[in-house]
Amino acid sequence: MLQKVVRSTVIDAPIERVWAILRDFNSHDRWHDVVAESRIEGEEAPTQVGCIRSFTLKDGNRIREQLLTLSDSEHRSTYCIVEASVPLQRYVATVTLKTVTDGDRTFWHWESTFATPPGRERELREMVARDVYEAGFENLRRHLGGAADGRPRRDTVGTGAPIAARQIQLQRYGGPDQLEVGSGEALAPAAGEVRIRQRAIGVNYLDIYLRRGWIPPMLPVSAETPGVLGMEAAGSVIDAGTGAGALLPGDRVAYLGPRPGAYCSVRTVPAEWVVRLPAAIEDDTAAALLLKGITADYLLRDLGRVGPGTRLLVHAAAGGVGLLLCSWARRLGATVVGTVSSEAKARVAREHGCGQVIVTADYRFADAVQRLVGGADVIVDGLGDAARDENFAALARRGHWISLGQASGPLQPISPDWLVQKSATFSRPVVFDFVSTPALLAERAERVWSALAAGVIALPPIERYALDAAGQAHARLESRQSIGPLILVA
Amino acid sequence: MIRVYTSSVIEASADTVWSRVRDFNGLPQWHPGIADSRIENSEPSDKIGCVRHFHTRDGGMIRERLLALSDYDYSCTYAILESPMGVDDYVATLKLTPITDGARTFAEWSAEFECAEGRERELTEHIGAGVFQGGFDALKRHFGRR
Repeated sequence: MLQKVVRSTVIDAPIERVWAILRDFNSHDRWHDVVAESRIEGEEAPTQVGCIRSFTLKDGNRIREQLLTLSDSEHRSTYCIVEASVPLQRYVATVTLKTVTDGDRTFWHWESTFATPPGRERELREMVARDVYEAGFENLRRHLGGAADGRPRRDTVGTGAPIAARQIQLQRYGGPDQLEVGSGEALAPAAGEVRIRQRAIGVNYLDIYLRRGWIPPMLPVSAETPGVLGMEAAGSVIDAGTGAGALLPGDRVAYLGPRPGAYCSVRTVPAEWVVRLPAAIEDDTAAALLLKGITADYLLRDLGRVGPGTRLLVHAAAGGVGLLLCSWARRLGATVVGTVSSEAKARVAREHGCGQVIVTADYRFADAVQRLVGGADVIVDGLGDAARDENFAALARRGHWISLGQASGPLQPISPDWLVQKSATFSRPVVFDFVSTPALLAERAERVWSALAAGVIALPPIERYALDAAGQAHARLESRQSIGPLILVA
Repeated sequence: MIRVYTSSVIEASADTVWSRVRDFNGLPQWHPGIADSRIENSEPSDKIGCVRHFHTRDGGMIRERLLALSDYDYSCTYAILESPMGVDDYVATLKLTPITDGARTFAEWSAEFECAEGRERELTEHIGAGVFQGGFDALKRHFGRR
């Protein structure tokens, strides 16, 4: 006769948060005490239906289980034992989560049926119920950051009141000296928002364009209502509004969003901009790499379709995005040619996988590119108008010229009749359109962290400035002396 | 099709909560929004197909037909035949599930319906936060402790 075990509980966390852990068929060794090791056989993804996980338990037992169904819409996972050193036969289990709308909590139902050797029914039922399911409930609560009573920290820090924040403010467009230290406040998060204590803030060339007043609609400024620059930062969640998905106070996070305002110590942002950080990714690394790494990801994967043999020309090859592009493209099998402005930068670019480095202080590189590789299939151009003709001359036939930035000034209009001479493609992408959904943002961020962990991209040298010294950081980036990404530390 | 889903946790066993909500004619005894109720044609209130005829406290008359009742699953499904709300093809289910971790109950109340364009939000709010959560709040108060 089949035995049946049912256990259920309520976890004081939003369903997205609990499901993010339980949908990972390979996660148990990170939260369940009885599991010492877990791995997925055959290098399959843990979301691959049919995949098999191999558990080694703390008591030495081994269990192989197969994923039978996985539903993100119903928050349900069914799996069976295919082989085990414990005598559970025909074991099929289902985990189901449901939202408790009253309090934004999660109902977790775990049940199974199985057969046992005669006489051991009761013992094995209790083992499954107590040691696996009930212990699992407690272990997951602890994993989510629970206090002594087993409830995760919620609303323990958030006061509902605004929190004072140090800000770098811009009252007038202009040079780095226009950046002034001021004070503002971060409002309590509304529905769908989180408030973040920021520790590291990424500095991007876009910040400089905004400071110069090149894109006023994106950042209006005045003496009465100063603007605040900055598109990305990393830190930890102070408090979260309802419907802020999987985010809880204390979570280490980073964000990237289309509205500036990151140059500050505390900020309230939409939860859909935010990704949770793996333990291995430091705040500094996240702030240095989130926007730039995701930029490299969409440039190489989506726009450039860079693969074996692609001839890629990277300008500012020793810059924040440049170094990531060099090392990642090299691993994808591309031939990477870079331009830099000094010998010191050439050395760093080479160390990061740039096969051919052209040192030029006056935007002359087309002849060298043609000579070295016979033209570039893909150009990542942050130089702008001063290098306009050189870029076109460096392009191979059917080449793709991607205008990422305009350090020397806005590009004059590009005519279709000009592009036709080389059957060329011209694009002018903005990173925010490539992370337009939270799932897309999470997927791209995950790819960047994985590439870093696997050594596919090397962590570039990071230059750190105090938040109050944002002006110095800008001057440094504009001086073309810096190497690698710059961050502000709050 | 509009879908409303409300769920809560009641601090009493599913058996205990079920005995309070099972009676299809018993809304006035536990739901604060309902003034009176009777079953048409003197049928038993647990006979599938029976129709309850009741008034809300604000005077609205509603007729609902019992479509399914399961003492085994602690669930009850019914459809609106007549109401002042302006909903069509309205089918709702109230379902209880025991929470084994403590003598508690996971209660779900969901509905699907059609309505005039532009009224979706108002009706979702009225049914989800008003009718369903209102009923759960009354059960939570009745069974105390939370």
